[in-house]
Amino acid sequence: MAHFRSHVLVCVDPECLNKGAHDVLDAFQDEIVAQGLIDEVQVLETSRIGSCSNGPEMMVYPDGVHYVGLTTYDIPYLVEEHFLKGRIAAKFVEEKKITVDEELSAPTAKEIRVVLRNCGKIDPENIEDYIAEDGYQALGNVLTQNKPEEVIEIVLKSGLRGRGGAGFPTGKKWQFCRASQASPKFVICNADEGDPGAFMNRRVLEGDPHSVIEGMIIAAYAIGSNQGYIYCRAEYPIAVKTLNIAIEQARNFGLLGKNILGSSFDFDLEVRMGAGAFVCGEETALMASIEGNRGEPHPRPPFPAVKGLFGKPSNINNVETYANVPQIILKGADWYASMGTEKSKGTKTFALAGDVKHTGLIEVPFGITLREIIYDVGGGIKEDKGFKAIQTGGPMGGCLPSEYLDLPVDYEELAKAGSIMGSGGLVVMDEETCMVDIARFFMEFTQDESCGKCTPCRVGTRRILEILERICDGKGKNGDIETLEMLCSEISETSLCGLGQGAPNPIVSILQHFRSEYEAHIYEKRCPSKVCKSLIRYEIIDGTCTGCTVCARNCPVNAISGERRQTHLIDPDACVRCGICMQVCNFNAIVIN
Amino acid sequence: MTIVPIDGKVVLEAVRTAVDRYGATRDELIPILNDVNREIGYLPGEALDEISRLLRVPKSHLFSVASFYRMLSTKPRGKHVIQFCESAPCHVAGGREVWMAVKEALKIDEDETTPDGNWTLVTTSCLGVCGVGPVMMIDDDIFGNVDAKQVQSILARYH
Repeated sequence: MAHFRSHVLVCVDPECLNKGAHDVLDAFQDEIVAQGLIDEVQVLETSRIGSCSNGPEMMVYPDGVHYVGLTTYDIPYLVEEHFLKGRIAAKFVEEKKITVDEELSAPTAKEIRVVLRNCGKIDPENIEDYIAEDGYQALGNVLTQNKPEEVIEIVLKSGLRGRGGAGFPTGKKWQFCRASQASPKFVICNADEGDPGAFMNRRVLEGDPHSVIEGMIIAAYAIGSNQGYIYCRAEYPIAVKTLNIAIEQARNFGLLGKNILGSSFDFDLEVRMGAGAFVCGEETALMASIEGNRGEPHPRPPFPAVKGLFGKPSNINNVETYANVPQIILKGADWYASMGTEKSKGTKTFALAGDVKHTGLIEVPFGITLREIIYDVGGGIKEDKGFKAIQTGGPMGGCLPSEYLDLPVDYEELAKAGSIMGSGGLVVMDEETCMVDIARFFMEFTQDESCGKCTPCRVGTRRILEILERICDGKGKNGDIETLEMLCSEISETSLCGLGQGAPNPIVSILQHFRSEYEAHIYEKRCPSKVCKSLIRYEIIDGTCTGCTVCARNCPVNAISGERRQTHLIDPDACVRCGICMQVCNFNAIVIN
Repeated sequence: MTIVPIDGKVVLEAVRTAVDRYGATRDELIPILNDVNREIGYLPGEALDEISRLLRVPKSHLFSVASFYRMLSTKPRGKHVIQFCESAPCHVAGGREVWMAVKEALKIDEDETTPDGNWTLVTTSCLGVCGVGPVMMIDDDIFGNVDAKQVQSILARYH
């Protein structure tokens, strides 16, 4: 076979042909003959290499230079520059389009990407892209070299813990399920990512679905299951679509179905869609939903590993947990265990939201501090305001004040501080946030999402919400704080599932760290952050007001009076505290007291 | 409310298509309900009757499931459904003002339908696009970074 110094691929897609690709191709061939390069440069026709919008296009290898917008007149110059002088003809080089990914930007120095490594890099609808990134190699290794017990051993040794929030060791879970005698067994992926503000799993499902599928096949091999389900919430239609495409492709490649990769192991997968119920993220509720019932939780034990879906042993893990597995198999348990803290190994994805400069997804090793996450990875607080609190772990997590900024993030440390890891939502709040309002807000959420099966959660969350609403309305009374504390501990202790047990967390942590704000609302009828409408008054500063009448004309309830060029006055009884006057005032003459 | 009565034939057709697609077993109930709800806009009594007959599942069970999930509705809905994200990240990003503006523009409250049958307003749990909050979804279109001033022009696209 002849050896060429360069290979030139010219796009002959209809669009480029229309723009004269054939003429360019001919001219190019003539030119390299003329320059005596015919033995050194090979010219090939190829299909689409770019968008063709600025054709004709060509690709030069091994340099990997992409030229666009060529005409026959440009060819002599191009051949001389690139192929004789060895310089890139810059004026024809395709301009790289920079697409801004608002959710997932380039990793910062403190990040390590394991789960998110392929997201945004590969085409999720093309299995070959995943395979090119060592995809399904772990599965191949496991099926040919490892017994199921050995796979469990590797996962145990890696220290991987459930990323759904509770942090139960994944290897142990697999062991329990493998030990169960009954059959069939099921492997379930919990893709019901319901925590507000958390969208890490959505991104993995949409950006790298095969990593989850591969992790599930390996888990199925380890525990001895032949059927799996991915339960995805209905709010994620694109993830469902991507998953279905990925499963179909995996089947066509012999990676799902009978005799996977020529082994005697069979496994198949099905996607199930939820219908909008937060509580279905709880594993027993999720299984009830797959069975076609109301998504209500059941008491445990029996645990799913013994009696799960359709009454059979089931292993249920979160999206992120499964997505870690192929990497652990490929790079080894020791590699994985080298990241993180003593008890929390590896990396964790978080969705950073709220008053932080760079919101979006991040993946960091355990042990990183909250300060590093907010200031180094997140770029600091918006508009450089002061930091007030960070809420970890979603609506059942706690709010931590600035004293905890240097807390190393892992399962144990967060629990010690009165919060939880949860699935990985991080909501940053700046100094202008009212913590009582936030407590009320989270309670509204859990109260609304309570499935109603057990009394403490159904009734208790409503009572808490009523008290918090009263406090925010300026009608708080003596004893409210004590009643809240009592209700919170009762609800945590007696509720059936994680939703009820965790529901009081935000209230308790805010009581613990921001008690003075509750007290100001109740005893002084004052909202220190000037958020709660019933506790604030808009006032016009005498002297700053020019009497321009803009505020009076914009007030929707005509609560502002005053003569032109005279200081205006707001009637507090008529005022609805909409804040419009403050927005329209050109002289900053309106303040909140 | 001037919502056009649903043609019984259309309902039965939608139910049978969904049951054919997934199979007449109880564990396919939620996919079937989802499909019918999407097709008709809600789950009319006739639909539940037919599903009950085909799947041999009591109607009480169907109703308990249909009324449990937020995305399934047993009441008629308007031509367009606005799902407003009420989650913390959207709330912190100014969702409350937008929510007020939407209610003001349509003159309805949560879970209500406009008298002309054009709009139904509901809240939804997190749609997972918190990077661009506040977020609302009209039918299948997601609108991010919404502010109160844009509400009128967004709604005007759906006439």
